Amino acid sequence: MKQFWKSMLKSPSGVIGLIILLLAISVAVFGPMLFPNSPWRMVQRPFLPPFTLSAVPLGTDALGRDVFAGMIFGARVSLLVGLVSTLVALLVGVPIGAMAGYFGGKVDDALMRFTEFFQTIPSFALAIVLVAILQPSIYSIVASIAVVSWPPVARLVRGEVLSLRTREYVQAAVVTGQSNTWIILREILPNALSPVIVLASLMVATAILLESSLSFLGLGDPNLISWGYMVGAGRTVIRQAWWITVFPGVAILISVLGLNLIGEGLNDALNPRLSREGR
Amino acid sequence: MLSFVAQRVLKGVIVLLAIVVLNFFLIRLAPGDPAVVMAGEAGASDQIFVKQLREKFGLDKPLPEQLFIYVKGVVTLDLGFSFRQQAPVAKLIGERLPATLLLTLTAFAISLMLGILFGTFAARFAGTFLDTAITIFALIFYAMPIFWVALMGILLFSVTTDWLPSFGYETVGANLTGLGHVVDVVKHLIMPAMTLGLFFMATYTRMTRASMLEVKRLDFVKTARAKGLSDAVIQRRHVLRNALLPVVTLAGVHSGTLIGGAVITETVFAWPGIGRLMYDALLQRDYNLLLGVFVICSAMVLIFNLITDLVYRLVDPRIEFAS
Repeated sequence: MKQFWKSMLKSPSGVIGLIILLLAISVAVFGPMLFPNSPWRMVQRPFLPPFTLSAVPLGTDALGRDVFAGMIFGARVSLLVGLVSTLVALLVGVPIGAMAGYFGGKVDDALMRFTEFFQTIPSFALAIVLVAILQPSIYSIVASIAVVSWPPVARLVRGEVLSLRTREYVQAAVVTGQSNTWIILREILPNALSPVIVLASLMVATAILLESSLSFLGLGDPNLISWGYMVGAGRTVIRQAWWITVFPGVAILISVLGLNLIGEGLNDALNPRLSREGR
Repeated sequence: MLSFVAQRVLKGVIVLLAIVVLNFFLIRLAPGDPAVVMAGEAGASDQIFVKQLREKFGLDKPLPEQLFIYVKGVVTLDLGFSFRQQAPVAKLIGERLPATLLLTLTAFAISLMLGILFGTFAARFAGTFLDTAITIFALIFYAMPIFWVALMGILLFSVTTDWLPSFGYETVGANLTGLGHVVDVVKHLIMPAMTLGLFFMATYTRMTRASMLEVKRLDFVKTARAKGLSDAVIQRRHVLRNALLPVVTLAGVHSGTLIGGAVITETVFAWPGIGRLMYDALLQRDYNLLLGVFVICSAMVLIFNLITDLVYRLVDPRIEFAS
């Protein structure tokens, strides 16, 4: 573990990414306490340009709502959706990949065809259809992002398990009569973890992008403010008020960039062999 | 070669059928009567239309029979009727498809060309300022949401400078013909295609760079160098050719994302393609149209994947078609 942090802190992209993520998390956690302005309430005249009043530093939108407050509350939604949908995708993808790799043969064939099928479907189009049909809410958004993002996990885990399965220590566990579940959970998966962690950090970034795109199209949770929703709402008035679309977009850009950098840092730290390769 | 193509086409058809079946169940996921759901918000109040839908899809019959009727309809290209637009879904999609193909293929070509170009430069000058600059730009473009890039483009090139039109496929009411019309469409195409292309350009840049650095260390490159070949020739003929293989694979994997990006790009730029059609269907909760577009998008991805598979095998003679 110490070794891990050492090499993680050695990679510049990892450090920058960690700083950005920590910032984003603290904004999401503490921001709403420090700036209790509701992002939905009208606080000033509409279209107040940024940097004119210190109470509303980033100006107001078409309805006189505080853009800065929206950005702070939006951080919660973006990060939460990103993390939870990635977790759900892992919960689906890891068991499928592990079973396919461990049991092989027909089980592997069936599960991999199933995975490939989901991989062929255009993911964003499926996410749109799912959220539209299930009605937009934070649950349907998390579910649809998870549905479109688990296949790469399954494929990655399968590959790892496939190679670990033939190792001697696993054979030893088989000979001593351990159950399959025990072997998969205790012997194999812990050793297949590092590439999964790298992938997961990148998946959080993709999930944030997906959520913002869905919200931008008007498929966000109607009760929660999010960055994508803000950009979508500011789109029609971009000629009069550039700030409504620019600032939330920068927030998305910075968070996604931070997570991608963490992914690179993790890759360098966890898979030193592969660190030369990009993605 | 032929048997390989036949095999791939067959596989594609099976996947497409599976997607159609998935579609069938998706409609039934929605809360409420499927006929009402299909009719959409506008049509649902029209009892006659709902009754027609119920009869047409046999919604009072057992589920397997319903599935059969639905699949038969889609196979004969009958994707249903859009109550909102008062036209068959297949016709609506057919009208919009060329615009989407123009947009996605242009974006794809731009991203691939620029991506390979920048990636090659970065690898050639690895470790220098140029490499760092390209890498940072690629990272930033990779993290930008497409809709935001589109809006920033509009802000920069339409609002501030008025260089490019911010929406549509052609100038409305200009009635241009011949070359004038082509120029007009190209002007309208530049921003959407660049927007959609930038994200993928970033991906291909990173991939090409990584892949070229990888290939560079291989033995056959050392051999080429030992033979006294010039650096330029080695880069072009030996390194780049081999480094492009993973890039082609990635292009195939990305076709689905490309279509998804087209939905957003077309929405922002009011580009009259199937992506915009999907957004309209979404706004009006026109599920029949929405699912129709979804099936066609999936079919496009399958065809694109088939093409990249073929290209891959043409580029890499080591892979045999028989496998």
